[in-house]
Amino acid sequence: MTTTETPAPPERPDTADSLEIRTTPVRKRLIPYWLLLPGILWLIVFFAAPLVYQASTSLQTGSLEEGFKVTWHVATYWDALAEYWPQFVRSVAYAAVATVLCLALGYPLAYLIAFKAGRWRNVVMILVIAPFFTSFLIRTLAWKTILADGGPVVGALNHLHVLDVTSALGITEGHRVLATPLAVVCGLTYNFLPFMVLPLYTSLERIDPRLHEAAGDLYARPATTFRRVTFPLSMPGVVAGTLLTFIPAAGDYINAELLGSTDQKMIGNVIQSQFLRVLDYPTAAALSFILMAAILAMVTLYIRKSGTEDLV
Amino acid sequence: MTHTETPRSSGGDVRLRGISKTYGSFTAVHPLDLTVPAGSFFALLGASGCGKTTTLRMIAGLEEPTTGTVELSGRDVTVLPPYKRQVNTVFQNYALFPHLDIYENVAFGLRRRGIKSVKKQVEEMLDLVQLGPMARRRPQQLSGGQQQRVAVARALINHPEVLLLDEPLGALDLKLRRQMQLELKRIQTEVGITFVHVTHDQEEAMTMADTVAVMNGGRVEQLGAPAELYENPATTFVANFLGTSNLIQAEVVEAGGEELLLRAGDAKLRLPARRCSAPARSGDKVLAGVRPEKVSLAHADAAGTLAEGRNRLPGRIKDASFIGVSTQYVVDVPGLGELAVYEQNIERDGRLVPGAEIVLHWNPAHTFALDADQDIDAGADLDEEAA
Amino acid sequence: MAVHETTRATAVRPPNRALRWLRRHIVTIAGLGTLGYLILPNLVVMVFSFNKPNGRFNYQWTRFSTDAWTDPCGVADMCGSLGLSLEIAVWATVGATVLGTMIAFALARYRFRARGGVGTLIFLPMAMPEVVMAASLATLFLNMGIQFGFWTILIAHITFCLSFVVTAVKARVMSMDPRLEQAAQDLYATPVQTFLRVTLPIAAPGIAAGALLSFALSFDDFIITNFNAGSTVTFPMFVWGSAQRGTPVQINVIGTAMFLVAVLCVFVGRTAGKKRRQRS
Repeated sequence: MTTTETPAPPERPDTADSLEIRTTPVRKRLIPYWLLLPGILWLIVFFAAPLVYQASTSLQTGSLEEGFKVTWHVATYWDALAEYWPQFVRSVAYAAVATVLCLALGYPLAYLIAFKAGRWRNVVMILVIAPFFTSFLIRTLAWKTILADGGPVVGALNHLHVLDVTSALGITEGHRVLATPLAVVCGLTYNFLPFMVLPLYTSLERIDPRLHEAAGDLYARPATTFRRVTFPLSMPGVVAGTLLTFIPAAGDYINAELLGSTDQKMIGNVIQSQFLRVLDYPTAAALSFILMAAILAMVTLYIRKSGTEDLV
Repeated sequence: MTHTETPRSSGGDVRLRGISKTYGSFTAVHPLDLTVPAGSFFALLGASGCGKTTTLRMIAGLEEPTTGTVELSGRDVTVLPPYKRQVNTVFQNYALFPHLDIYENVAFGLRRRGIKSVKKQVEEMLDLVQLGPMARRRPQQLSGGQQQRVAVARALINHPEVLLLDEPLGALDLKLRRQMQLELKRIQTEVGITFVHVTHDQEEAMTMADTVAVMNGGRVEQLGAPAELYENPATTFVANFLGTSNLIQAEVVEAGGEELLLRAGDAKLRLPARRCSAPARSGDKVLAGVRPEKVSLAHADAAGTLAEGRNRLPGRIKDASFIGVSTQYVVDVPGLGELAVYEQNIERDGRLVPGAEIVLHWNPAHTFALDADQDIDAGADLDEEAA
Repeated sequence: MAVHETTRATAVRPPNRALRWLRRHIVTIAGLGTLGYLILPNLVVMVFSFNKPNGRFNYQWTRFSTDAWTDPCGVADMCGSLGLSLEIAVWATVGATVLGTMIAFALARYRFRARGGVGTLIFLPMAMPEVVMAASLATLFLNMGIQFGFWTILIAHITFCLSFVVTAVKARVMSMDPRLEQAAQDLYATPVQTFLRVTLPIAAPGIAAGALLSFALSFDDFIITNFNAGSTVTFPMFVWGSAQRGTPVQINVIGTAMFLVAVLCVFVGRTAGKKRRQRS
């Protein structure tokens, strides 16, 4: 027997009293609250409170010189919407197209890593993640070189008359790609592609490859197997990936700024310039709120529809 | 308590008084009194959800009882946390630390108690379970059987008063399970520690344990030595869960003497009065039971040659399956339903084929009787499911 | 008869075979195409780090030169901004990892009131465009009259990294077998020892993933920093500024170096891990 530091057995009254119901001590029940306290306090002060501040700012009127006051000036919202609705529509449209493109491009890559890469899996994985480590601004600037007017890409597209078609569709202008919607969407797609590939890969990787064999055994052709087995099982990845792509893309202003012209400005560009250049804080706050509300509404609807509410 | 280095340590006894556990409105364990004598190999047997694991966890200190007390070697440990109890557990699926190698897994308990020189003890223990060369491997690199032995070594090295085993063989295949049953039994005899073993496998419980407590619905149905439980089940649950029983609806015709006389359908059955666990007066309903391997078959033509004084039932063979050492028959007895019979394949009567008219007969001393106010099928399906 | 059938089949096959090959490998081809799309800008950045442009902008190939590589800090303020970014990233990682790990443990291991509320508070920062969070935080600082600079950037970074750490750590802790902790307690480890010797080491990969993600997010962040930096310049802000004024080649040098260092780290880590596994 080994020594234990146990004190003498606690005096316990006999059976009658020992039938009392025991409860967990208070100290133990408080542990989760102590763990939560610092982080949640941080989020309340630096995330929730700022949103409240912003709400109040959006209802203020005044000027920099005289100061701003809450006047419940709701009209700021209507004015902002009336003036900037094209940028709103553009943001949603660009983000939606970029998301669809990310899904279309990202799915084969995720599938490749999950099922086909074999011993190359880690190498491919590194190649997907490694670009992250170069500042995304630098990489976005590289697209200026790639899509430059006299560059090989534009040359080839011109040669194949692709740009004539795209110009007719209104997504490029003349014989150039830069400073057109195509360039901005291309940049958005590029920037958020890894956010699509990684969740897709995670949910594809969980699929037992034997399920593919089982589907084949049960007379499903490869395309049917994909449609009936693989894709439905990868739904969590699809939902997570589309959210992780759409949300930041809708609020982005870097691609529009670096790769677009004034005709491709998105709502992020407007908020940024209102806040940092025009210093019209109420309008910037109102625009932020409209963007936030619109995105939350779309996301909620989307999650409801795709039936993956336990995502979070 | 004294500090000694000898691997042999005498076990302590476990005494549970009025112990119960409720989760909200669900009662996992009803107030329960149980004594596990020091040095014994005790099994808690039952289907999943019967409260056996909860009982074990209350002894380990991983679950605090809602009411009642736990005593180890006469000391009340009810409110002591697990790390202050001289009790160790072999967990279901072993719960080996994946970030530590085998050596460190086994040394874990010693180190936590501040013992500096663990090398000798750990090596001895690894040799005992024949895993010496594996010391620096990670648990994931071992087979199921090896992991199981690590889990046992990790617990035993602490010389606990009581070793708790929670379905320790559940994850192993049949052959390995048999081997480990004998191995565990050997270790228990060697170290003399009290073992409390939780299992759903009735064969495992009967092979290994000195005493078996059969649990059902949060209560102990019956407690006793394996043979005692098997031969004299006190409830239909025990009769059906431990092996198979033929239970026959019957009525007491004659009571009072050494023997009871029952009427089942048109037949008369006799049994020793002490083997009836229900109060039996003339006219009472009881369930007469007999184990399938105790019953013999005779072709109807040969019925006349049977010895006097045996219980007999006429019937027809419905199905026969040959399984090597024995043949299992399903016999349809008019008015009483289907009965099972296991016949050793010693002298096979070619006439005993499905459709044959036969007579079932057995020694009245092998008959038992149970209270008829119970579900006649209790525990019958659970066994299938658990196995 | 059979032979005849076979020859006819092979005769028809050639065009078919190419098609079949294409059909079988279409996913691989498409996947590799996407991979090329992802890698292309990095290659351009790398190639153009050896350029010697004529004007202020480094968008067109002029001629080969290693000038930028021999003098990476030759541009005013760039290496200073790089240092600042690293410093902020380190502190933001520490802050977010500590706070986030605590929340993750509470969420994964305990039942308590307001669980749903806490979950929403964690989820919202990730479900919100950065520009909204950036503007609202800047509004708070403006209203409080807090001077923009190092501290405001750090606070902003911890705030948006926090949720990602919680998500990463929570997933790991949730997948951990609770019996491991019970086993530790059964083997005489006090709650504190159990946490330090079992829970923490097993949760470590999740914590490391959260920390790594924080570092990357913080180091590379532009939008939120831009709103909350005042006149302080981090490396992404320096790049942004140079996109308007003229892009020095040194930016490409830094970008390439970061890429190579990252790839190198991953490979070294992997081979070291493989060696360790082989040894044991």
